[in-house]
Amino acid sequence: MGKVMLEVNDLTTKYITRYNEDVYAVDHVSLQVEEGKTLGIAGESGCGKSTLALSLMGYYFPPLYYTGGEIIIDGRSISGMKPDDVRRTILGTEIAYIPQAAMNALNPTRRVINFIEDVILAHDPTENKKFIYELARASFETLGLPPEVLQKYPVELSGGMKQRTVIAVSVILRPKVLIADEPSSALDVTSQKMVIKMLKNLMETGFIKSMIFITHELPLLYNVTDDIMVMYAGQIVERASAREAVFDPLHPYSKGLMGSIIVPESGLRDVKLTAIPGAPPNLKNPPAGCRFAERCKYVRAECRYTNVALYDAGPGRAYRCILSEKVLRDCYEHERAIAA
Amino acid sequence: MSMNEPLRPSAPPPQVGPPPQVGREKQTCLSGTGVTKLFGFGRTKTLAVDHVDFNFHEGEVISIVGESGSGKTTLAKMLLGLISVTEGDIYFQGQKRDISSSRKKQEYWKNIQAIFQDPFSSYNIFSKIDDVLLDCIRMRGGQRLPKEEKVKLMTEACSFVNLKFAELTNKYPFELSGGQMQRLMIARIFLLKPKILIADEPTSMIDACSRATILDYLMKLRDEVGMTLIFITHDIGLAYYVSDTVFIMEKGKFVESGSADAVILTPQQPYTKRLLNDVPKIYEEWDLSTV
Repeated sequence: MGKVMLEVNDLTTKYITRYNEDVYAVDHVSLQVEEGKTLGIAGESGCGKSTLALSLMGYYFPPLYYTGGEIIIDGRSISGMKPDDVRRTILGTEIAYIPQAAMNALNPTRRVINFIEDVILAHDPTENKKFIYELARASFETLGLPPEVLQKYPVELSGGMKQRTVIAVSVILRPKVLIADEPSSALDVTSQKMVIKMLKNLMETGFIKSMIFITHELPLLYNVTDDIMVMYAGQIVERASAREAVFDPLHPYSKGLMGSIIVPESGLRDVKLTAIPGAPPNLKNPPAGCRFAERCKYVRAECRYTNVALYDAGPGRAYRCILSEKVLRDCYEHERAIAA
Repeated sequence: MSMNEPLRPSAPPPQVGPPPQVGREKQTCLSGTGVTKLFGFGRTKTLAVDHVDFNFHEGEVISIVGESGSGKTTLAKMLLGLISVTEGDIYFQGQKRDISSSRKKQEYWKNIQAIFQDPFSSYNIFSKIDDVLLDCIRMRGGQRLPKEEKVKLMTEACSFVNLKFAELTNKYPFELSGGQMQRLMIARIFLLKPKILIADEPTSMIDACSRATILDYLMKLRDEVGMTLIFITHDIGLAYYVSDTVFIMEKGKFVESGSADAVILTPQQPYTKRLLNDVPKIYEEWDLSTV
């Protein structure tokens, strides 16, 4: 087992709406990412994937509030630090974050080198510009980006190049953990592949030590990550290796998600795509008992009032359902038999 | 394609695959010869669609696949009659299409309808859901029906896509979620029962998990109405899943066409191979070295 780079214990964060209602978008989430590994997070829109990514940085601003739990990066706890300290000492050097649609966040009136200067000067205001330029140039070369990009304005770059530039800027200080939230969803397949190749490269060239990758495109998730965590209504419902999560999911929700995979491979036309009926619950007043009960095919009476814990199912494997592993597998087997 | 290239009758594209085997004996419902669209003039001339020929058969599911900028949406707009055709002819049910007056256009649109990528901008924000659906009934010549009959029709259309008309009446489209809006679009088509439906990236703005629902309804609708379905998409996996015939479009030209199995499983053209290679898969290794 490798060195643990990021450890999160029982992290809970909430949004406070303008009507003063609490919405717990991340609810007692625990996770671990080892050195050299990539953790994937899957789930529908509105399941709390992006809020989890924001919460992991330890940098909270309204309407997001921290309510409990601990975040440990490489043995150092960052919970309870002041937001300004987090920004100056943690973001960029310990943990970096690429938000959704990051490429649209570049200020059109500034050159790429200015963004890099901003990042480095925020951490060390005494650094001189010549040194920064040399560092940026060296980093861009290692990452396979042409150094001319440094002198360009964002509008001069194509979508894929902009996204790769944003990634390069965010890892310039060699953070230990990189959180990538849908880094390739606005790009066409060829640019997407270049971005993914670059992300994989970051680990090999030592720019980052571990990564958390968020997307709802399951084939992509499967190809990029080592482990997959499935989220539903702010909670983790399943954790497994990428292979197990895709080919042998246990939780009915993960099973439903995997039924919606479309890939251009032989055999796709023989299976029928399945959709999960309904929508995720409103987290303003989450249902008692299992949060997935409303949409679950295998729901039992006790699901609606029993608070379901995350059960351990072997090394690195856990799921949140009151049914045993065997019962669930029997259900899926039965269903497969009916379909065939 | 160079910017200054003169508009010329192009040679047939190299090695276009065999004509679609599926439904060969079926009647042709929409076809085109040398359909071309040229935007701009002089130095800014852009050839968006370059002399394409096609034959769409009745009841078939067709996909037109290409990257962004390959001209697939431009072609769709020409088929719909939303923009004019620079060169070439489009034939509808064997006859040359005539949409020279707005009355003829209205008549044409009874037969061909579309669902667009972005459900949020597909609706008029000032008209209520009732108006959207009543408009379709009017278009089918049902404006003189009694009110109860109209409500019955609308309820039926909504329940087809698992929406409840009683909950939607007197609401505006923007009060719905993206997936619901897209389903309401399908309910519209259910009322109109066109001969051809063009679906321009109908699932790309929707969560991967709700995608199956939308596709399900579209296929159900096709069986119900017996229409021809034309998918415009960049998602080659989706094209493979839904269609009988696939056309691959590159820089305004069809580079490969044929039955879905033939094109996707045994691609001939380098462009098709590249498109397939760039998509992440789950059974085969995803080769990252080729970018």
